Formats: sequence, structure tokens, C-alpha cells
Amino acid sequence: MSTYLWGTQFAFSRLIFLKEIIMTYDVIVIGAGVTGSAVARELSKYEADVCVLEKCEDVCEGTSKANSAIVHAGFDAAEGSLMAKLNVRGNEMMDDLCRDLDIPFKRNGSMVVCIHKEALDGLKDLYDRGVKNGVKDLKILNREEALEMEPNLSENVEGALWAPTGGIICPFELNIAMAENANMNGVDFRFNTEVEDIKKGEDGNWHLRTNNGEYVARYVVNAAGVYADKIHNMVSADKMHIIERRGDYCLLDKTVGGHVKHTIFPQPTKLGKGVLVSPTVHGNLIVGPTAVDIENKEGNNTTAAGIDDLIAKAGDHVRNLPIRNVITSFAGLRAHEEHHEFIIKEVDDAKNFIDCAGIESPGLTSSPAIGEMVGNMMKEMMDLKPKANWISIRKGVKKTEGLSIEERNELIKKNPAYGTIICRCESITEGEILDAIHRPLGARSLDGVKRRTRAGMGRCQAGFCSPRTMEILHRELGIPYEKITKSGGKSNIVLERTKGEVSGS
Amino acid sequence: MKTYDIVIVGGGPAGLAAAVAAKEAGNDSILILERDHELGGILNQCIHNGFGLHTFKEELTGPEYAYRFIKQVLDLGIEYKLNTMVMDIAADKTVTAMNREDGMFQIPAKAVILAMGCRERPRGALNIPGYRPAGIFSAGTAQRLVNIEGYMPGREVVILGSGDIGLIMARRMTLEGAKVKVVAELLPYSGGLKRNIVQCLDDYGIPLKLSHTVVDIEGKEHVTAVTIAEVGPDRKPIPGTEERYTCDTLLLSCGLIPENELSRSAGVTMNPVTSGPIVNESLETNIPGVFACGNVLHVHDLVDYVSEEAKRAGQNAVKYIADGCKDEKGSDVIELFATEGARYTVPSTINKSRMDDLLTVRFRVGDVYKNSFVSVYFDDERVMHNEKRILAPGEMEQIILQKKKLDEYPNLKKITVKIEKE
Repeated sequence: MSTYLWGTQFAFSRLIFLKEIIMTYDVIVIGAGVTGSAVARELSKYEADVCVLEKCEDVCEGTSKANSAIVHAGFDAAEGSLMAKLNVRGNEMMDDLCRDLDIPFKRNGSMVVCIHKEALDGLKDLYDRGVKNGVKDLKILNREEALEMEPNLSENVEGALWAPTGGIICPFELNIAMAENANMNGVDFRFNTEVEDIKKGEDGNWHLRTNNGEYVARYVVNAAGVYADKIHNMVSADKMHIIERRGDYCLLDKTVGGHVKHTIFPQPTKLGKGVLVSPTVHGNLIVGPTAVDIENKEGNNTTAAGIDDLIAKAGDHVRNLPIRNVITSFAGLRAHEEHHEFIIKEVDDAKNFIDCAGIESPGLTSSPAIGEMVGNMMKEMMDLKPKANWISIRKGVKKTEGLSIEERNELIKKNPAYGTIICRCESITEGEILDAIHRPLGARSLDGVKRRTRAGMGRCQAGFCSPRTMEILHRELGIPYEKITKSGGKSNIVLERTKGEVSGS
Repeated sequence: MKTYDIVIVGGGPAGLAAAVAAKEAGNDSILILERDHELGGILNQCIHNGFGLHTFKEELTGPEYAYRFIKQVLDLGIEYKLNTMVMDIAADKTVTAMNREDGMFQIPAKAVILAMGCRERPRGALNIPGYRPAGIFSAGTAQRLVNIEGYMPGREVVILGSGDIGLIMARRMTLEGAKVKVVAELLPYSGGLKRNIVQCLDDYGIPLKLSHTVVDIEGKEHVTAVTIAEVGPDRKPIPGTEERYTCDTLLLSCGLIPENELSRSAGVTMNPVTSGPIVNESLETNIPGVFACGNVLHVHDLVDYVSEEAKRAGQNAVKYIADGCKDEKGSDVIELFATEGARYTVPSTINKSRMDDLLTVRFRVGDVYKNSFVSVYFDDERVMHNEKRILAPGEMEQIILQKKKLDEYPNLKKITVKIEKE
């Protein structure tokens, strides 16, 4: 009897112990956006226990998923700034990175278009800044040269700055690929885990209280995007303020994706690079962003005024813009820090706490360089040793688009799921969706599937495929229908069974 | 892969009726390619009744109506492939399709019948401002979730757009215990059938607010509220007229778009008004031997008309093959024009030598017209002047042309359909 009681008691205390289990790491990265994932991937090269904490249910849920998807050349940022340095470096790194990690990327070239004669000097200034920043092959085009390269430019074009190193990329894939690769190399990812407080313990470590228990680490990297100020201010007396600068976008149908071949920028203003018009790497046309400073970290709602403004401005530099062919509009929040500079450094009054804050445009472009910079910093600080068996290569979801009949049939023979189209608009097969689910950090929601495969990203915007994708998520992951979400949290697609349902039969 | 004379793209009401008619017209080499796991198309999720009053003189549900044709397809031994997606139609009528059993395959067809149907205009295409949470569905997607999958999207519903599927879903959600708070329609009139407004909204006390649109969607993860506002004649919201409805679901029924991606890549010429192919009297597109019928051609109001139209497409495809697959458009072509209230006509051209004794020309009007006339002009002469008590954009209209009447006008070049006050 007493033995039995002992056993019960033991089990009981173990339970309590489990509930209060403390996870200990060498480094905790806060945020699984493009910055956090780039940092995690760099750190995965070394012998260190690394964990990424993410408040959302997936990687790429904040600024990283709602931006222009541009790899900037690097002529915008102020000469000598960290932003300029990391932009140009990130741009240089992109070819190798995208090859290694199987990320869609194309150097389509960017044009900054001048439509006012009196503003032509501005192009020259931009050119000079670009040269100083180390941007290669910049060229100023006259009106005729610009129109020859891009016939749909506005009638009013007076000249343009041509930057052949500018490119377009899939922002989701860049983020997902770096995170997956980090995970393959041993980095833990904890989703739905929000950091609520950070304290320096008597043990000298950082203690992070989350909704999912306590995490302890010797080093913390703050890559929390628009929340980077909130996280920073938990540990530092030197308060930071991130302003959410909202940008509305319209995405246009693939039938008009070729309206322009290059990324067309207006001349920049103090609010940013202005409303661009660009093909996307997947063949749509993207128009945006606007720039409105708000004070709401979750305020990524579009507004009628924003979209009207966007449509009004977009036509200034590109003629006959087929805005009627919009398939979706969305808004993203840039994590704007008042000095408009990346803050990447150990916090002065918080040793072993590294900020990656103010990562607004060109943050996507710079992300691999930010990762590299933070990786090098921490290697020094922590005296990290390289991992012997680090895997540098990651294969993306096997795509079927563009395969020959023979290649398709070979694939279907091996796995018949590649013969079933789930998303009609983007021609995404069941095989691709299964791949997206059953891979490191696999998809668990409709948006997770969408960002990994493009299923639901086409012109019908998931009208036809969402019930079928739900069926697959239900079957593969055993998630009850009522618990399947659009993107985690309370974003359930359906509520309950209909009245007429006969249960159990 | 076996070859076929006629490949029918889509096994919904249009494809089924075309297949049956083609078989009955004497062709035994027909293949239907259907992307879903069963024949019948969208009718399978339309479990309400009201189908088939014209064709069968009785009120059937969608699945019942579909089954009348599916049974004929089965009885006639017409071949079909399910779960099969047509990936491409080439200008030479080679159809490339794919499924898990056969892999990707190509069929060089003599005739192709386009019967892919239509899709709904999504939220994104409407530029509705606000958040992008879960709980926003096109009405047809919600219809599938409720009627096929057996799940309720939510309990408190706002509907934008008064297309027929939206109206039907207002009633359906109500019957399932949800509260449909309002149906907002941007236009000053509904795009749906009058009978659906009466039977699906009025009978359940659901308000229809014309000239209203959604101006905000709240809810970061899931819809929590929707704000609608009245719009002025410019269709822009009027400040101060906003009304906020707490709800967990927003359904959209804001128009249907024929699914012509395959047609376009084949080189079929489109009518910008219908977003469907431009066809002649035989429902043949600019590519000889490629025919179109049903909602891929123009969005219909009643499935009975789809079946009737598809039957002609099936018969004409057989005739085209029997006549040796020749391009017979010829020079003797009469063009049809829709003006002054009439938005389009199907067909767009008539080759008199290929015309049947009677030819139905279908069209829709662009506004609500009361006590008006549907007029038809042969060149400049008015030959038809039919009084109509009411004409509405939600209802498809038709005129019937007689071949013998056309024969009285040997130099006829142009037929014009218009709506006249007197």
C-alpha cells in the first residue's frame, strides 16, 4: 500500500516538475521572421544549443510575409550606414543562398523612374550614393533608353536609374528555407510561444517567461520585428521605440504579370522608396506599398484610403496599369525605428542580449547579411566552434510547375499524389501539399500550406482548394476539422458540425 | 492513351448535357474529363430545389437534376475520367490532362467542348478594406463546407452581394441555426433571381440593403464584426451611413467569373463583357472545332438554359466532325450587336448557312428596366418589339430568330438587340 502511495506521489511530483520544466539553451532567438531565421541558420553552423521562440504558429508571420518581395540593389540607404552595408552584402549573398536553399530568386533589375525634369538631379544623387555604397553596374538612362527597356513606363518619364543587381524573391520561401535549414541543423523552434518577460537571473543567464513555460539562455537575440522595442525594453533602461509604418499592397493576376519586366520605383521621399510596380518571382504583378505611421503592432488591416492612395500613385510611373486585375490586397507593417537605421548590437546595459531591431526595408534583402553579422559577433562573444557535420543545402517543396510530361509521369509513378491537382489556379498537386506538411517545420494551417506551396494564392484565392486542403490537413495530421485554422490561434475555418450530421455512422 | 473524337472539359451540367447530345447525335467516341471526384459539378452542392422546371417540368434539387443527366451518361456508356485536371488545351485541340492513375496524358481530339463553368469573385478582387482573418468565404465555398463537408463556418453572418448563391446561402445558414443579420448589395438592384429574394430573404425576415457595401472587416484572427455603409451613385461609401454588425462570418456573393484560363491559352478569343469565348451560331469559338457552353461561355441564371445550350454544343461538335472538320465560318456572316441596355449577345455571329430553323439568342440587360421593349433590328429595320414588364440584370433574356425570317433579308449584315422605352 505504501509503495503504491509512494509511486502515486512520485508521479504526481513529476507531473508538477514537468509542468514547470525549464528549457535551457545557449542562445534563444526571439522571432521566427526572416531576421530570426537568418540568425538561427548562421548559429546552426556552430556547436551551440539554439532555440527560436515564435509567438505565432509558423515562421514568416509578421513583416516577413507582407512586403514588396524585392532584393534591393542598395542605392537608397545613407552612405556609410549599416543599412547600406548590409543591403549590398545581402544582395551579393543572395545568388549562393538561393541556390543552396532552393529559393525562387531572379535578378530582374530595378529602375528608379524620374517623371519631373527638375528632379533629374535626384537620380544623379541616387547614382552617386549607390556607387559609394558599392552597388555595381548602376547606370543613368535617358528617356528613350528607359522606354526602350520598359515600354510601359509613363509618358512623362524623363530618365531613370538602372540597377541590374536589383531582384525579386519569394519572401516566404526565403524565410521558410532559412528556418528549415536551421532546424535540420539542430535549432529548436517553439511556436505559439510568446515572450512575456525577461529577467537576468542570479545565475547570470537570461530567464524568459513565456505562455509556454520558462526558457533560460546565456544569450538572447531580439529579432521580434515590430515587437523588438517591447522585447528590448524588458531588459534595457535605454528605451527603444519602433513605429509601425503600414504599407498597403495590391497583388495582380498572372495574366498581367508581364506588364513591366523590371521593378519600377518612383524617386524616394523621406517616407521611403514609394509605391513600386514590379513583377513577382512567381509571375504576378505587385503594386505598393503606401506608408502610414500607426501605433498598433497588430494593425495590418488595409484601409479604403490606403488602397485608393495606392491606385492613384501607382499610375504615375507606369502607364495603363491593369489595376482591375487585382486578386488580393494586403498590408504589412515595417518596423521603423526613428533614426531609420538597423540596430544590430549588444545592448549597452544588457550584456549578452543582442538587438536586431529597426529591420525595415531593405530588411528582407539584408537578412542573410544580418544573420552573418550576428553569427560572427556571437562566434567571437561565445567562442563558438564550427559544427563538423553542418548541412548547407536544403531542398524546397518539389515543384511540379514547368515539368515535362515525362518528368511528371516519373513523379506520379513514384507518388500518385503528384497526379492530383488541389489548387487549380496555381496548379498545385496533392504531392506538393504533402511535402509541405511532412517536412522540417511543416505546415499545419491553410496559410502554412499556402506559403510553402502557393496553393490558395491564385486568382480564386482558395475558394476551391481550401476545403480540399482542410481534408488533407485533417487526414495527415489528425487535426479535427473544427481545429483547422487559417493561421493558428482562433482563426478556425469552421465552427461545428451542421445540425443534420448523424454522428458515428 | 486512347484517342477520342470529342473531349469535353468539365462534367458539370454543361458537359453532361453536351456529352449526351453528342452521343445521341451519333458519335461514339466521347470522353468527359472532370476535375472533381464525381460528375455533376456545382449542382452537387446545390441541395435546394427549384432546378429543372423548364427541362423536366418538375422541381428538382441540384443533385437530382444532375443525376438525370449522369444516368443518361451512364446508360449511354459515355466514357469519363474523374479527379482529372485538364492542364492545357492546344490550338490544335490536343488536350493535356492529368490524374493519379493515368499520370499526365495527351489526347488529340477532333472537337473540344469547353464546359469548365465559372468561379466566384474573391474578397481580394473586391478590394474590401480591413483585416484578413478567417471567417470570410465566397458563398459557394461556404455552401460546399455546409452541404458537402457538413460543417458550419459560423453562427452570425453578414452577406455582401445578392447573387443567387448568396441568397440561397442566407436561407441555408438560417435553416442550420445561424443568424443572418443583413445582405448588403453594392448596386441599386439585386443580381439574383426575384424568386430567390422572396424565398430566401423575405420569407425569413433577412434585410436586403441595396446600394450598400462593406467598408471594414474587424478581427485579427477571426471575423468579429463587419461595417457596411450606403454608397452613392458613384458607388463610393457615404460617410456617416456606417452600420456595424458583430458577426463571425462574412459571405461574399459578388459575381461569377467564367473559368477561361484554358480557353485563353488555347487562343480562344474572349468577349470582355461576358469573360467568355466569342461564339457563332454553332457555339463554336474562333478555333474551328472548339465549342463552348454553360457558365464558361456566359453566366446563366437557370441550369435549364445551360442544358439546352450544351445540347446544341454537343450536336454541333458531332456535325463538325461528320462534315469533315472544316472551317466553315465562310464570308456570309451576320454580326450581332447589343446596345442601349443590352450588354451582350450569345452568339456574336451567325452563319446563315449553318443556322438551325430557330436560333435562341441570349443576353442580359445592364440595369433594371420597367415597362420597356426588347427590340431587334435587322440592319436599320426594327423587326421585333417585345414588351416586357420588367427586365433585370439578374435574369437572362432571350430572343428567338427564325431562319426563314433571315432569308427574307439576303443582304443582312448586322442584327442589333436593344432595350427601348417605346
